[in-house]
Amino acid sequence: MDKLLTHSPILIIAIPLLVAFLTPLIGRAGGKARNTLVIASLAFVEFLVIILARDIHLNGIHIYTLGAIAPDLALPGGAMMPIRIILEVDGMSIFMGIIWATVALAAATFSLSHMARETGQTRFYTLLLLMVAGCFGMIFTGDLFNLFVFLEIASISGAALIAFRTRFADAVEGGFKYIVISAVAGLMFLFGVGLLYAQYNSLNIGFLASVMQYSMLDKIALTLFLMSLTIKTGMVPLHMWYPDSYTVAPANVTAMLVITSHACMYAVFRICFTLYGGVLDASVVGWIIVIIGLLTMFVGVTMAVFQTDVMRFMSYHAISQMGYMWMGVGVGLAVLGNPGALAAYGRDAINGGIFHILNHAMYKPLLFMTAGALFHRTATRDLNKMGGLGHNMKFTLILYIIGALSIAGIPPLNGFASKFLIYESVYQFNPVLAVVAMLVSIITLASFTKAFQSAFTGPQLPEYKNVKEVPKPMLIGMGILAAAIIFTSIFPGLVVEHIVNPATDALINQSAYVNGIMGGTP
Amino acid sequence: MIESPSGFWGPVVWIIAAIVALLIAYFIQRRGEKAYKKGVQSETFLMGNPKLSAGETHVRAHNIYWGFFEGLKKYYIPTIAAHTGIINDHLIWLIAGIAIVIIILFIAGGI
Amino acid sequence: MMEYIPLNFPFLAAALLVGISFYILIFKRNLIKLIMGIAILASGVNLFLVALGYRAGGNAPIYTDVPEGPMVLPVPQALTLTSIVINVAVLALMLTMVILIYRHTGDIDSKKSRILKG
Repeated sequence: MDKLLTHSPILIIAIPLLVAFLTPLIGRAGGKARNTLVIASLAFVEFLVIILARDIHLNGIHIYTLGAIAPDLALPGGAMMPIRIILEVDGMSIFMGIIWATVALAAATFSLSHMARETGQTRFYTLLLLMVAGCFGMIFTGDLFNLFVFLEIASISGAALIAFRTRFADAVEGGFKYIVISAVAGLMFLFGVGLLYAQYNSLNIGFLASVMQYSMLDKIALTLFLMSLTIKTGMVPLHMWYPDSYTVAPANVTAMLVITSHACMYAVFRICFTLYGGVLDASVVGWIIVIIGLLTMFVGVTMAVFQTDVMRFMSYHAISQMGYMWMGVGVGLAVLGNPGALAAYGRDAINGGIFHILNHAMYKPLLFMTAGALFHRTATRDLNKMGGLGHNMKFTLILYIIGALSIAGIPPLNGFASKFLIYESVYQFNPVLAVVAMLVSIITLASFTKAFQSAFTGPQLPEYKNVKEVPKPMLIGMGILAAAIIFTSIFPGLVVEHIVNPATDALINQSAYVNGIMGGTP
Repeated sequence: MIESPSGFWGPVVWIIAAIVALLIAYFIQRRGEKAYKKGVQSETFLMGNPKLSAGETHVRAHNIYWGFFEGLKKYYIPTIAAHTGIINDHLIWLIAGIAIVIIILFIAGGI
Repeated sequence: MMEYIPLNFPFLAAALLVGISFYILIFKRNLIKLIMGIAILASGVNLFLVALGYRAGGNAPIYTDVPEGPMVLPVPQALTLTSIVINVAVLALMLTMVILIYRHTGDIDSKKSRILKG
């Protein structure tokens, strides 16, 4: 058990990778064997993530050096720089890890019946496990080039999954746009990594943070990192490829891709807070992030009210909610150099932004899966053609209501708790931001009422008389997320204290990250 | 219960208050009209007009919130025209973004 | 000032390649030309990575029978090999998708073959 804990960072990345290559072999024995293998491996990975989270909460940062004699030997033989690739897991990384493990398990359960009529299911599960491994690698690594490699692994498998149903013309177009944007963004990221290596002769984030001087080339590298990860996250004005790609994918793949864009957002925070922590112009970069967040919230929701395709509607809402997270954390970054303001409202702003990441990761995949359930039974995504489906699909109706009330920020659900923290702290930074945030909440509620009325309420239409409820694996997949939403709604204090506060401390406190690698007193 | 700079949020108290309010509303409703026949008195009163089919009375999605879109026409028409869907335009935004942020960082921090 | 140009020639070539690829990505509508532009961008970034490891008068970083003198840096060469392999996979995937787009819509112009917008 102790050995399992010490080696858990690499096991969490390696197990999905190995099972991805075992799946075609076991798939020859039939569909049931392959499905059991996939679900069992994802459940085991979730167990490992939970025991690692408990250990980090008690004992601090975990590092794992690949290829060394002992896992925490970062500087062997009294060397001045760390050598070998080092995985470093702190509070913020394991926070994203818990989210990703849960959503991957729910999405894989959902796909057991949603993809049941497609051919080539073995390849689908192989690509799904490759994406799980790629995203875990991106979250847990402490090395910049390793981040690039896992980012590309997640992008390639994500693009292949989007274009999986090649009989639809728009699915292939969406996949093509995703891979072109990912390739260009990845190459810009690699250019930035090359610039940093040329100056400091190291790729390790902890070591670079301790020797960083903010020269001209470092500013260019910061811009390249920030913009390439911004377009992968889907923030305005770089967001226009995002709805095209996320509309046409199978619904559970979209649920997982939303969390992959969250992982790119995690990489932005890692670079701004930890890599460039003490040396960047915190107020300038903070204001850039706040303005991007503000634009994203507003443009996202006003375009969303206009849509009539249900999956495109949900994608624009995903863009709009990411604006909340960027605004909250951006306000915290802008006051990072000012200890009085940081203690008064900066810390609560970062708390609100990170809590919103957790809440979004629970209700957004749920909403995408309800849209997928509607598509599964009625074979159309067009809201103009649907109506009165609430008479037949009662469970989907209840799950949709829980998701819609949560995203609009209605008490007592968890969306309200994180938005409350963001409003209260951002108001003290600049009142205009809080006013726009509340306006966006109201328009969000309005648009979800519109979709609810079009799809679920109204008289039962004659063409949908024989529509039944969706099969059980889909309901179980959605039910996992709904249960997590209800738990977080009733006990937000527990969640904030045990999961969100360690993540905020890990972001603000750069020296703990550096000392995890270089040794020295924390 | 979570604390914030100027207040707190405790969902358990809110849920108990909501249940009490709903119970009061339910007891007020029970004291209402006793001679109500279900189904007869809730049909729509059409005053001699023909009864339309279910598909015709349901308001479709592109008609909802028409007034909101008409009022904000000046914002909506350029914004929707900007979302062209051509891959070259997406890459123009990326390259323009990189250029603008480099210029801002150089002005703010000095070269 | 003029004596710096032959020393920095690989970096100027890498910048020129990246500039040409930006021109292709912005102005060319044919999807196959777009993929060629991404391949040229990849070549530019790889050239930059290899060039930053060079040390004047250096030898290959192999310890067997090494002559005297400095060695060039081996790490950027490893990064470049990894990047070449990743770009091969990405280019193969993009070409497959262009074939499927042509089968569905009969056109490989980026403005005429798009279905999703708005």
